Parts: sequence; C-alpha cells; structure tokens
Amino acid sequence: MFSNILIYFVVIPVLMLAGLALTRNIKQVRAVAVVGSSALLALSGVVLYQFLQLRAAGNTDPMLMTGSWVWFEPLNIHLAVGVDGISVAMLILSAIIVFAGSFASWTISQSKEFFLWLVLLSTGVFGFFISIDLFTMFMFYEVALIPMYLLIGVWGSGKKEYSAMKLTLMLMGGSAFLLLGILGIYFHPAEGGQYTMNLVEIAQQGVDKGWQYFLFPMTFVGFGVLGAMFPFHTWSPDGHASAPTAVSMLHAGVLMKLGGYGCFRVAIYLMPEAANELAWIFLILTGISVVYGAFSACVQTDLKYINAYSSVSHCGLVLFAILMLNSTAMTGAIMQMLSHGLMTALFFALIGMIYGRTHTRDIREMGGLMKIMPFLAVGYVIAGLASLGLPGLSGFVAEMTIFVGSFQHADTFHRAFTIVACCSIVITAVYILRVVGKLLFGPVQDEHHRTLTDATWWERISVVTLILCVAIIGCFPNFFNDLVGQPFQTTFANIIDVIK
Amino acid sequence: MDYSQFLVMSQEIGLVAVFLLIFLFDTFAPRKALGATASLACVLFAAFTIVNICLPCFRPEAVEPQSAFGGMYVTNKALFMIKNILNVGVLIVLIQSIKWVNSPDQIMRRGEFFELLLVTLFGMYLMMSSRHFLTFIIGLESASLPLAAMVAFEKKKYESHEAAIKYLLTAVFSSAILLMGISFVYALSGSLYFADIAESIVEECPLLVVALAFVLAGVGFKLSLVPFHLWTADVYQGAPTSVTSYLSVISKGATAIAAFIIFALAFEQFYVPIWYWMLYALIILTITIGNLFAIRQKNMKRFLAFSSISQAGYIMLGLIAGSPDGLTSMMYYILVYIFSNLAAFGVIQAIENNTGKLSMDDYNGLYKTNPMLSVTMMLAMFSLAGIPPFAGFFSKFFIFRAAVEPGTMSLYILVLIALINTIVSLFYYLLVVKAMFIKPDEPVIARFRSATSERIGMWICVAGIIILGLASCFYSDIAAAVNDGFASLL
Repeated sequence: MFSNILIYFVVIPVLMLAGLALTRNIKQVRAVAVVGSSALLALSGVVLYQFLQLRAAGNTDPMLMTGSWVWFEPLNIHLAVGVDGISVAMLILSAIIVFAGSFASWTISQSKEFFLWLVLLSTGVFGFFISIDLFTMFMFYEVALIPMYLLIGVWGSGKKEYSAMKLTLMLMGGSAFLLLGILGIYFHPAEGGQYTMNLVEIAQQGVDKGWQYFLFPMTFVGFGVLGAMFPFHTWSPDGHASAPTAVSMLHAGVLMKLGGYGCFRVAIYLMPEAANELAWIFLILTGISVVYGAFSACVQTDLKYINAYSSVSHCGLVLFAILMLNSTAMTGAIMQMLSHGLMTALFFALIGMIYGRTHTRDIREMGGLMKIMPFLAVGYVIAGLASLGLPGLSGFVAEMTIFVGSFQHADTFHRAFTIVACCSIVITAVYILRVVGKLLFGPVQDEHHRTLTDATWWERISVVTLILCVAIIGCFPNFFNDLVGQPFQTTFANIIDVIK
Repeated sequence: MDYSQFLVMSQEIGLVAVFLLIFLFDTFAPRKALGATASLACVLFAAFTIVNICLPCFRPEAVEPQSAFGGMYVTNKALFMIKNILNVGVLIVLIQSIKWVNSPDQIMRRGEFFELLLVTLFGMYLMMSSRHFLTFIIGLESASLPLAAMVAFEKKKYESHEAAIKYLLTAVFSSAILLMGISFVYALSGSLYFADIAESIVEECPLLVVALAFVLAGVGFKLSLVPFHLWTADVYQGAPTSVTSYLSVISKGATAIAAFIIFALAFEQFYVPIWYWMLYALIILTITIGNLFAIRQKNMKRFLAFSSISQAGYIMLGLIAGSPDGLTSMMYYILVYIFSNLAAFGVIQAIENNTGKLSMDDYNGLYKTNPMLSVTMMLAMFSLAGIPPFAGFFSKFFIFRAAVEPGTMSLYILVLIALINTIVSLFYYLLVVKAMFIKPDEPVIARFRSATSERIGMWICVAGIIILGLASCFYSDIAAAVNDGFASLL
C-alpha cells in the first residue's frame, strides 16, 4: 500500500496532525506546518514528474499510478487511488495554496488548534483529488467541510457564528443530495453491469439511462453547492468574508474547486447522456451565477465581499464551461480552476495582510496604499490584472479557452449564453479597477495609515509563491493546456462522442 | 425434561451467574468490603464480556445455530454478536456509573443498581432470542419493569419519581397494546410461534391490519418512535444520568433488534401490503419531529433524549430494508451509537457529578477550562451527526445504503428525507460544539479533574468512535455473522 506514491498525500497530513498534537509552542507549530506543507509541495512536484514520464512512455490508461485496496469487503468499498492530468493539476494547486496558506497564518492565535483543523481540511482536499472510489471520494469531501465550521467560528471575524453555521449547513445539505446520488449510481449500473464504487469501472459499464435523469441532477446540485452555483451560492460571500485569511485562501482556492472537479468527474463523466439532455437547466443557472456574481461585486464595499462575489462569478464560469461539454471548453474550465484558485488565494492573502494592518476592509476608509505598503499594493494590482484577464497572466488563458470552446456550439442558445457570460469580463474590469483606483492610488483616507509597515518576510514568501504561479501559467499555457487537456483526447473522448 | 438444553443458553446463564455473585456479595459481604461492590461488578461484567467475545475461539460450537424449549429459544452467530455488542455498551455504562453509585446519596443501594440492571439485560437477551411470543413478552417485561425502579433510583429527587411513574405507566400501557395485538394475531393464526404465524396467516384481513398496527405501536412505545415518544424527554431528564444512558442505548438497541426479528420473521409476507407504509410514516415522523424538537432544548439530557428519538428513526431504516444488509447495518449502527452516545453521556455525567450543571448554556467556554471533556463531547457530537472520519459517518452511510438497496423510488425519497434531517441534526449538534468552542462568554464551569472511572469510560468511547469506522473488521465481522445466521435467525 505504501509503495504507491499517491497515498502519501494522505499520509503526510496525518503525520502532520500527529506532529501538531505533540507540539508545545508556536515555533514548533510553525516548524511542523512549514516542513509538512513543503513536503506536500515537493511530493506534488514528484508526482507531476512521474506522471509526465509515464505519459511520455506512451501509457494511455485513463488513470495512472493506480492502486486499490479492499476496505469494506462486504460492501465493495475500496480505497482506490489514481490520477490523470486533471487531478495532478489540482494536487499541485492544493499543495501551493496549503504552502502559501501556512505562511499567511504565521501569527495566528491558538495556532496549534488552528493548524490542526487546517491540516485536517487539507487531508480531505488531497484525499478527494487522489480518490477514484466514490465512497472514499465522498468521505474525504466531508472531511474537508467540517473543519470550516470551527476555523470560521473560532478564528473568523464579523458575524462569524452565523456565517460558519450557514456555510456548514448549506454545504452539508449539498452533500446529502450527493450521498443519494452516489448510492443511486452504485445500485443502478447499466444493463449487465456489476455493483462497483470504482469511478473508472462505472464509467466503462455506464449508469442505467432511466436513473441518470434522477441521479445527474442530484450529484450536479450536490457538488454545485460547493461550486457556488446560483441559487446555492449564498453561503459563499458570508463564509469568505468571515473566515480568517488562510481559510479564505484554501476555501476559495481549493475547496470550491472540489465542487467543479466533482461535477465534472462524477456527474458528467459517469452520466454523459443525462448531462447532455439536462445541461441547459444548469447552463441557465451558472450563466446567472457568472453575471450576477460580477454585478454584485460591483456594489460591495467590503474587500472580502468583493472577492467573494467575484469568486461566485469565476466559479460559475467553471461550471458553465464544464456544461458546454466539448473538449476545448472543458479544458478551459480546468485551466480556470487553476487560475482562479491561485489568484483568489493571492487576493485573500493580500486582503488578510492589509486588514491585519489597517483593521478595516471597507474600501471607503482606505486609500493611497501604494505609497504606504508598495509590496502588498503591487501584489494586489497583479492579482487584479490576472482576475480581469490580462494576457501574460493565468486568467486570460483560461477565459479565452472557455469562450472559444463555448462559441464552438452552433446553436443560438449556447451562443447567446456565451455572449452573456463574456460580458462578465467587462464587469470584472469595472469592479477590479474601481478597487485598485480607490484603494491603492486614491488619496490617503486615514492619517494613521501612513505609519503602517509593508509585508514581512513570511508574508512575502506567501505572496511571491502565488504571483510566480499565476505568471507561469500565463506565460507557459501550453504545458498546462497539454496536461489538463490530454484526458479529453483519450478518456473523455468517448463521452464527448456520446454527447455528439 | 432434558436439562442439557439449558446449556444452549450459555450467555444467559453466564449473566445470571454474574448477577448472583454480585447479589451474594452485596448481601453477605462484611460492611467494610462493600465499598468494592461497584468495582467488583465492573470487573465481573468485564470478565463476562471478554469471555463471551472470545468464546467462538475456544468453543466454536457454542455459537452454532441451536434451539431449546421446543423452539421457543434460539441462538446463533448473529444473536451472539448483538449480545456481545450490548455487553460492551453495558460495561461502559457500569464503568461510568461507579462515581455516581458511590456518592453519599446512593451508597446504601449501590448493589441494587447493578442487580436491577443485569436483570433488565437478561430480559433483553431473552427478547432477542425468543421465537415465541410468550418468551418474548417475558423478556420484554423483565427488561422494562426493573427499569422503572432504576429510573426512580434518586430517592431524594422529585423528578426521578415523576419520571419513574411516567415510565411505568407508559411501559404498562404499551405492553397492554402489544398484548392486544398479539392476541389478535393468535386469534388469526392459532399459534404464538413466529414460524407458525408466518405459515398459517395467508391472507390479509382487517383484523390483521389492526393487529400489526398494535404490535408496531407497542414496539414503537419502547423505541420511543413518534407519535409514541411523549414519555421520552421527561423520563430521560428525570432519571439518573447512568440510567438515562442505559435507556437510550442498550434498551433501545435491544428492542430495535427484537422488532426486526418479529417483523422479518412472523409478518414478513405482509411487508408490502400492510406494515411497509406504517413504518414508512413512523420513520419520517420520528426523524423529523425528533430533530425539530431537539433544536430548542437547553437541558443536555432532554437534548439527547430528542436526539435519541431521531436516531431510533435512523435505526428503523434497517428494518424497512428488511434484508441481511439491513440487519447488519442496524447492528453496526447500534454498536457505533452505543459508543457515540455514551461518550456524550460520559461527559454530561462527569460535569454533573462534579458541578451539578446540566444546561447547555453552562457549557459555554468549556474548552478553556476542560479541554479534554470538550474534545470528547465534540467527537461524540460529530459521530452522532455522521461526520467522517468518525464512526457515525460509516454507520449512517451503511444504513442508508441498505435502505435504498431494494431500489424503489419511495425508498429513495425516504432516504432523502432522512438525509435532509441529518442536516437539521448537524445544526443542533453543532450548537453544543459552538457553546464549548466558540462562545466568547466567561466559562461557567471551573477546571476540575474527573474521576478515574469516568475517564476510563470516556477513553473507551473515544477509541471506539475513532476506530470502529476506520477499521473495517468490525463491520465485516457483523456482516459475516449475519450472513451466516440470517437463514437460521429467521
């Protein structure tokens, strides 16, 4: 079991939990957090390297580095792991954000408990991305959700108790639908199929067509709640606004991607026929998310709310692109997940750092930060530019691919919605530039702010890591495009055929 | 008469032996030695539990399917397993009660507590093993009447007496209803053997519908299914906490299994036309009402009373499935529920013994003063709510899985309702977590060190909550026992 490299994505966090339980002071906590998150980052690098080697050697299996160990034998439940290009990309994203998040919560109070929950959360996230068994996938999904309650409830700000409860209950509500969907998928294989929880095997034998129309909405809504699909997005702004910095980073950066990844990996991959028939309903909903999120962001004055609504808009775009059901748009969706994960994490890290200094997040009370804290301000400008899709940064690559893919549909319905979604880019520019102009370049609003200091070294590590990644994706899109686009040429090719 | 058939009842005989030893010690031991009664009871019962768990290793024929007294009593692997599960629960209850029975108010009667408790356990054994309604009623009565005395154990507390009267009246009333139902069944079939009933009643008639409704209602009272739940909250609140925890896990678990056996054995052929929809409605009502009422509770014992009502609804999902998987997941659910609920009661009891506080508001800021108790409570709440990686998640998943296995849309809808209810239950379980970890108020309960016995009890529960789910061997063992014994069980 331990000869499989993927399992270490769960083993390392578990070791970190054990290490954290033994720590006595904040220095030891930091040491464990930094060593552990660096190990995860290194591990994701190794996995990427091995994955590319295997693909280069001509291995075209849908999932590589697979391993499967029996867990609950009477119930056909296995601990099954395996990755394709998409999961590798998600693992790298998670590792980067966990790494940056550890540095962003350098000075948190009650640090031992904080990191215990944070690491438990990341155990769930990594476990989710490596799983190819529906049961373990669902289990890790829920493992990732519950720490949010305490992380927001204890370390959050503002109306944190309300937000924490709302977020937890809404996400768990989604997982209730999901559980039913998973059980349905298990019990209703297509004619002649076996009962199995293994994703790849289910995809091969298919799901009973009649049941798909019941199970597809269940699973799509279940994951869609976490992907902040309208009208199930309301947990997101409150949750993000109340959460402490590292939690917002992880949540917007990684956790919301669980939703998109799940919609794609479970709902669409396993039930392509129903997806094809029912996609229009969800396209309308996600189209609303995209535009509504962007407009809402325009009128907010709290920095975190602005980015939370912008996340709703961008994650809506992910689901929107997935529902276009062609390989270009879906590749774009995965790219958008990567891009949005990194730049939102960057945004929330910077907002957290600014808030830690000014003690306000209201943009009306701040101004001229470019002079006062140039490093953070430049970081903010870069994040903003990535968000509104400047070429050379990650956002452009992702959104371009999505819209090109979406426009490949020849019918009016899809084209009309593509045009509507495209408008969100303009609105994004409005709210980003409004904040940048007011916050960074406007007149200084509060004289006390003149005495504030710029970023410390640990904050710089966090910010620089994220900016580098955003820039790398922007400058070398081919590499990532091949990595995440490859499955659509092989594994998903037959599914896309089904749809055609 | 062939006296060797008593040997078939080896578990019951062992239990009676433990009971007699405690009774004799309590009666004849010198006054000075009486301080050891509680510990002795725990040690004896622990030995009994361990021997029973290990029995299949050195005497495999003891767990083979056998019957005695003309088929009125049977035993097999599955029954052996569920009795062992209950034994473990009882052992934890006994350990947790040591501090309380040794308190000055109870010290005169501490032997009686253990004796009464073991008698009720004997009744539960009999209830599950009987294949004849007479033995079943004997078991049921000896399981419920001594419990009334246990509920009234706090001699100086008014609530305890009130609760005992309520419990006694409902127990008697529900027995009467059950007996009425059984006599109707007898009128239709001419036999009280489960197997004969299944064979001789071939067609449904109005009297059978009434009979089944009465039987279901009688069992529903014992299990506190809504709308027969009205006694539960008051009795749970008034009874001593040890008795409440015993009532909520052991008594409920045994009755649920007995209900499964009766319905799957005697009335299986009327599943679809008659009792499927009755039970369907009962489950929805039980889960929903139990959850909605739990939200507003401030007293921890009342809170757990309503939570246990809704948990009984989830356990009944195994009965509506009616399959080997249903029974397996039901037994597994009971096992996990024993550990989770007893962890919660362990914390409540430790706090009650040391400070006398029982309100949820008193738990505000508990983490600051008593971190270990808070973490135990949190694990218990997460496990009850079904949050992974704790055992409750697995038991909930498996029972839902068993419930949708027949694949009809009505069962999917039932499970969906149950799932939505888990969200409601998560809300109120999180309220406790919120009080302990998040509320900024000054802590009400000062730091204290709980007694060794209390801590042992809680450690066992915490270990169970963590291990029972992640280690798959427990579920596999239960499944193997059920699959082995399902045919002979029925």
